[in-house]
Amino acid sequence: MAHGLKKLSAFNITALALGLAFLYLPIVILVIYSFNASRLVTVWAGWSTRWYREFFNDRAMLDAAWMSFRVGVVSATAATLLGTLAAVALSRGERFKGRTLFSGMLYAPLVMPEVITGLSLLLLFVALNAERGFWTVTVAHTTLTMCFVATVVQARLSALDRSLEEAAMDLGCDPVRAFIAVTLPLMLPSIAAGWMLAFTLSLDDLVIASFTTGPGSATLPIRIYSEVRLGVKPEINAICTLIIGGIAVVIITASLASRLSSARGETAAPL
Amino acid sequence: MRGVSKDGRWHLWPILRGSPPRRRAPQDDVRCWKGKTVSARRIFARPARFAAIAPYLWMLLFFLVPFGFVLKISLSQTAIAQPPYVPQFDLTQGWAAIQAALAELSLDNFKLLISDNLYVLSYLRSVVVAVISTAILLVIGYPIAYGMARLPRRWQSVAMMLVIVPFWTSFLIRIYAWINILQHDGLLNKTLLALHIVSAPVVWLSTDSAMYLGIVYSYLPFMILPLYATLAKMDPALLEAASDLGASRSKAFWLVTFPLSLPGVGAGVLLCFIPIVGEFVIPDLLAGSDSMMIGQTLWLEFFTNKDWPVASATAVVLLVLLLAPMLIYDRLQRRQLEAR
Repeated sequence: MAHGLKKLSAFNITALALGLAFLYLPIVILVIYSFNASRLVTVWAGWSTRWYREFFNDRAMLDAAWMSFRVGVVSATAATLLGTLAAVALSRGERFKGRTLFSGMLYAPLVMPEVITGLSLLLLFVALNAERGFWTVTVAHTTLTMCFVATVVQARLSALDRSLEEAAMDLGCDPVRAFIAVTLPLMLPSIAAGWMLAFTLSLDDLVIASFTTGPGSATLPIRIYSEVRLGVKPEINAICTLIIGGIAVVIITASLASRLSSARGETAAPL
Repeated sequence: MRGVSKDGRWHLWPILRGSPPRRRAPQDDVRCWKGKTVSARRIFARPARFAAIAPYLWMLLFFLVPFGFVLKISLSQTAIAQPPYVPQFDLTQGWAAIQAALAELSLDNFKLLISDNLYVLSYLRSVVVAVISTAILLVIGYPIAYGMARLPRRWQSVAMMLVIVPFWTSFLIRIYAWINILQHDGLLNKTLLALHIVSAPVVWLSTDSAMYLGIVYSYLPFMILPLYATLAKMDPALLEAASDLGASRSKAFWLVTFPLSLPGVGAGVLLCFIPIVGEFVIPDLLAGSDSMMIGQTLWLEFFTNKDWPVASATAVVLLVLLLAPMLIYDRLQRRQLEAR
């Protein structure tokens, strides 16, 4: 092994440190200022949890948060189911009719500008005469996030050793049983990661939700966006801190769980 | 680590050229008796194919079919009605009515897009912004990914986690975090004033620099991760060989490392470029209001002007513009996930 060549140079360390500082500093500042006692976001007036209390008394904001939470749970669950099925078909189904179209439809939404996806889904809902609100946003989010789930699960499936499945079948399992007994348990960490990714993406989405929601059913990002347009408010800092905290807890739990569940000590990266 | 295969798996050209070179994994497996292995795969494939039915139908209905509606409404006219466009297709009215409605479709909206400077400039600005920000992202992201790939193995997964976590936290929150810093009496101006670098507060918000900063900040993980993925797979023996043959470190980098990382560069560039062209939130919150990107124009037409047909036409043109990069991306993605 070329240890000498693999050695880190000062340049490597600086690039890494600066890069990580750039990624984290704004978030840290946002969190610190959410505990600011002053109404002026820029003046530091001591620590306080005032803005958190303010948020918990803000009916409209709480409604939006509850709406986002429900949309997130339902759409992430549906997306995980559909995305996992898609990943299994793509990585284990060999060739089938319409495969190219299928994988194309699954990869396109990953990069498709959200304004296009949002607009096209809205026009579909209008044509179907669907009442816009919880269900239309949920369906829209399911469509977007199942593609991310499919990618995450498919990456895991391609990395799995297929001889395990084949061994199970040699030992007399039919394919479905071999899948359930052998493949599925090995896929579970990636399925869990897929669910969480779908949930956070749904919780985060502003553009598609704006297009597909109806009057009176704003999601949290829609409410935050309309507040942010009016300027910085400490209450928004508090909400953002709560969201960041929630997501951090979920990610840490997930990475610990995947570390425990992977027997070989390999880390199942979320993406 | 298997390093670089001889068929040029990590080279960009096969991706652009056509079908990905498939690795013959099952037949290579010496532990299995050849005939048996192949048949097991085939048997397994049959029920696996059935798994495609539900997601296939879902994507057809909620992804492909909606584009038909976008196309149809882009050919319609605005009307003060619910929904706000004519003609409406009513299949119960019989064939004659449908024919009459078909005759009402026109290309007027597209003519408007071409003739009105507002739209042409929006498209141009979007592409220019996307090109510049993608270039900045590559220049910043490459050294970071390179540094990550050179960390000791157990630190690599930690570094990767650290890069991914901001990607999981809300997009909107990250933009909002920058508004906190960049506003008139925000932390940046305070720091600059305290250090006597500037004598009066600088306007940061509502400028193009703020927008570029926001874009680079939000998309950085999308650039780093594919770059890191290719750089981490690279066989260090190649660099050793280069140095044995007398190449300097920088020469080895430009002759060996960089060309081999091109697929990662391609994936990162496309993963950033395509969505940035249609970006709405970042320019809306951070850039000034004097010139708009096409995502903002579409949003304005739809939500403020309630002109659904023009918004749809804008989307159709945007989609056509992005078709080529999206096809290349699709090919890259397929190689990544299916050719293993």
